[in-house]
Amino acid sequence: MVYVTSQRKDIVRNEGFRTVIIMKIDFSGLESTAPLCGASSEMFDGFSTSPSFQIPDTTDFDDFQKEAIQMVKPAKGTTTLAFIFKEGVMVAADSRASMGGYISSQSVKKIIEINPYMLGTMAGGAADCQFWHRNLGIKCRLHELANKRRISVTGASKLLANILYSYRGMGLSVGTMIAGWDEKGPGLYYVDSEGGRLKGTKFSVGSGSPYAYGVLDSGYRYDMTIEEAAELARRSIYHATFRDGASGGVASGMLCFIMWDQPDGRSYLVMTLGNFTICTIQLNQPLSSRRCPKLEFLCYSI
Amino acid sequence: MECVFGMVGKEFAVVVADSSAVHSILVHKSNEDKIMLLDSHKLMGASGEPGDRAQFTEYVQKNVALYHFRNGIPLTTAASANFTRGELATALRKNPYSVNIVLAGYDKGSGPSLYFIDYIATLHKVDKAAFGYGSYFSLAMMDRHYRKDMSVEEAIELVDKCIIEIRSRLVVAPPNFVIKIVDKDGAREYAWRESVKDAPSVA
Repeated sequence: MVYVTSQRKDIVRNEGFRTVIIMKIDFSGLESTAPLCGASSEMFDGFSTSPSFQIPDTTDFDDFQKEAIQMVKPAKGTTTLAFIFKEGVMVAADSRASMGGYISSQSVKKIIEINPYMLGTMAGGAADCQFWHRNLGIKCRLHELANKRRISVTGASKLLANILYSYRGMGLSVGTMIAGWDEKGPGLYYVDSEGGRLKGTKFSVGSGSPYAYGVLDSGYRYDMTIEEAAELARRSIYHATFRDGASGGVASGMLCFIMWDQPDGRSYLVMTLGNFTICTIQLNQPLSSRRCPKLEFLCYSI
Repeated sequence: MECVFGMVGKEFAVVVADSSAVHSILVHKSNEDKIMLLDSHKLMGASGEPGDRAQFTEYVQKNVALYHFRNGIPLTTAASANFTRGELATALRKNPYSVNIVLAGYDKGSGPSLYFIDYIATLHKVDKAAFGYGSYFSLAMMDRHYRKDMSVEEAIELVDKCIIEIRSRLVVAPPNFVIKIVDKDGAREYAWRESVKDAPSVA
């Protein structure tokens, strides 16, 4: 058999012989003039290969596709979300810790209490998140002592964003949301290790966040009850853990809300995690005129 | 994906920026304000890496305010543009900021002015400027339809034409834009052009 390659790509008929004509696509324009071998060949040590356009090699197409997907995929292997609604701010997260392809723990606590009225979520490097949230808690306490008033969520998130910005490019991996309650009511900020800081009403961070956003966006209403908000948060985390390999374990959520005018005449700021109340703070002045129903214990786990 | 552009009209200057905060393929929010008021008569629209953008524009804003406090008179637009460029240039060889800036201002003596400041500290005083993928579309539109001394209505018409073009032709077009204007009465927000509404922050 004779293979005929034609630059002009027309089919050549040849009566006498049985020839098989294959039209070969002309790749010569994409080839570099420098040798294709890299550093492995000693002969070409003195020469540097000029960059050439990489064509997916058909024998290795899966790897090429994987690399292309990895490039687009957000890097932090977790799913966390938070949103503000009528009653307060709901914070939820999964509980899986993964090291590459190995699941190192299914019961990691990814919602960190910075101080009694502010929560942070952990996405990215666990050590980075824990350390810097602890550090932020210290700075918030110092602010309270120096100024005789609690720091606002805006201020706390700005402190953290400035710290992370100064370490920009040094390999910190932090994708966190600062959620809390201050004099202006509920506050939610997204802060990341590139130095970005965004104020918003709902965020989701991590590799499972696109999945969680879908469920969260379609089910979100500002005037939800606490039960509806807990259910929405739980479902969003659940669907994200179903589809995303790096998220899983248990969906847990923390709710930060206010109990008004209790029988003893006081109002309380409460933070609950599942069946457990993390803290209850007595409030001396009313913070806003919005009211919320009596405390409900909520438990959500997969 | 981030589009910032601006132009000078008759006794005013307008700056337009998209308002989506994006991380890889995810849009975190679509109502992020990327045009900062430097002082009462200056606007700075910035695009680039989110951390750099917020931090650098705030740094310039605070330094402009500091000059005003120290010396009792505000900086001119030209002076603040040159200060911005100087800061970018000093940091360029050590720890560069990746922010592209369109700075617009109104001075009592010289009227409106617009400055194009690149991330590698290029500075040009221009009549129309644009950054980002949107610049491919908005620059051509502005070149075609821009005239000196346009009125506010004509300029906003041209801005809307650019926004429509960006929305229809750019593959990852941002849905919402914010328009801010500066004239002798000061710098202020003029309008939003929204095609996707984010959830309101208060009921």
